[in-house]
Amino acid sequence: MSVLVFADARGGEITKAAPEAIYYGKQIADKISSTVTVLTYGDVSNDQLEKLGRYGASKVLINKAIKEDNDQSLSALVAEAVKAEGAKVIVFSFDPTGKILAPRLSAKIGAGLVAGATALPEMDGDSMTVSNNVFSGKAFAKYRIKTDVKILSLLPNSIQVSESDGSATVEEFSPSLPEGKLKVKEMRTLGGEGIPLPEAELVVSAGRGLKGPENWAIVEELAGALGAATACSRPVSDMDWRPHHEHVGQTGIAIRPNLYIAAGISGAIQHLAGVNGSKTIVVINTDSEAPFFKAADYGVVGDAFEVLPRLTEAVKKFKASN
Amino acid sequence: MKILVGISKAPDTTTKISFTDNNTKFNEDKVQFIVNPYDEWYALVRGLELKEKNGGSVTTITVGGADHDPIIRKALAIGADDAVRINAEPTDAYFVAKQISDYAKDQGYDLILLGKETINYNGSQVGGMVAEMLDMPYVSIASKLELEGTTATIERDAQGGIEVLEGELPMVISCAKGMAEQRIPNMRGIMAARTKPLNVVEPTDSPALTEVVEFSLPAEKGDVKLIDPENMDELVKLLHNEAKVI
Repeated sequence: MSVLVFADARGGEITKAAPEAIYYGKQIADKISSTVTVLTYGDVSNDQLEKLGRYGASKVLINKAIKEDNDQSLSALVAEAVKAEGAKVIVFSFDPTGKILAPRLSAKIGAGLVAGATALPEMDGDSMTVSNNVFSGKAFAKYRIKTDVKILSLLPNSIQVSESDGSATVEEFSPSLPEGKLKVKEMRTLGGEGIPLPEAELVVSAGRGLKGPENWAIVEELAGALGAATACSRPVSDMDWRPHHEHVGQTGIAIRPNLYIAAGISGAIQHLAGVNGSKTIVVINTDSEAPFFKAADYGVVGDAFEVLPRLTEAVKKFKASN
Repeated sequence: MKILVGISKAPDTTTKISFTDNNTKFNEDKVQFIVNPYDEWYALVRGLELKEKNGGSVTTITVGGADHDPIIRKALAIGADDAVRINAEPTDAYFVAKQISDYAKDQGYDLILLGKETINYNGSQVGGMVAEMLDMPYVSIASKLELEGTTATIERDAQGGIEVLEGELPMVISCAKGMAEQRIPNMRGIMAARTKPLNVVEPTDSPALTEVVEFSLPAEKGDVKLIDPENMDELVKLLHNEAKVI
């Protein structure tokens, strides 16, 4: 009986969200006097897999036959691992792969799923409750999972991970699996140079106040100085000033970075829904009445065209002296 | 081509959220309900576009009581041919998925489209569950879908980029921005929707695997600290020393 954590792998690398999910699984395992088994796939080096012990994995199962994230083969693999390990709790990351596999597994084995968990579960005997974001970040819900086996997917950047000096044993896991019916034709990395927005810890975002796509250099320069990703509001992506994948908000993507800097965004409730999980919010706007200031930690009432370059210089100066 | 589109009910995006019954129920008082935007703008409209190109039919399916009829009529007004309502409270994602798959399993749908999530529960669960229950491939968070005969080419969000996938129908796809453009129903659509079939079907026996124990609202933010726009060194200092984010 172990806690099973699924770790996604891309191009031979364990993804960035996985250590957090493993550490989360370890906290649960400790409470139920159990251990963490990690399941992954593809061409990941043994060295990388052993190091997952630092986050709390005792054992890593790897399936080398699956090379691509084919949903039906992978969900069958997870179900086989649940059986082999007698897992009572299964943890995924609430990321694109977890959003496919966790519900498939829930339906396959009839185990309750709480998607996008934001904190450790409360456990009392066989009972488990866990919280997540609902109403697009405008509220929280605490769910009880009513089944014996429980599935959680963890919203990335929800808990603080600390490392120890453990090392995991690695075993190949090769049950017979159905062939996947989807073929990956191409993988297109977005923007190439930038930091992927959903994983970014620092984000610089701008809205209609920037007046046109030709003015985005000042946003990118600040992002460059900070090592931040860039984002935008819905009108900006609707007008094609910026690509769709940069749109944060209720109908775009929801993010929760450590720092969210918003320039020239008034802060409509739909935009706030996508960013109000951010730890610190800085709002730059010429209109002191902009609703976004009510949700901000720091506010600058001023013209983004002047404030952003000034902030970029201040950040560069700070970085040079630290 | 037979297309099934999942339609769910959601509070309008400007709704101020509150709860009743000891914080166990969403307060529906004075709330304007809409078709969940991902279901309407992307899944339904792309389904209609594919039907217009390839022929066939678009049926919507909703799990809910009679209070769901107005949003179902809206989907019909936008252009769906007919609608199915499973007459039950949508208690959790598993229950909803089970109702949809129990209905769909003998109907021979080529394509089942849903929004990538609802804006009230945000779980992204129902699509994957329906796919598993019907033993179909599932493509989530798709921003593009093209058909060539029975072969689908789909672009979807993956970790760190966009993945282009190919597969044979039938399949289940959850739809996101980029898939289609919102359609506003015209007067003729609204008139026609009144007489289009809305079939009410009784639910099959299925459990809910999870339940909400309690809702809560985020704590109010403290007052914003205003910084002199001339003094960005001060802001950087605060972000470093006070907020500790850089």
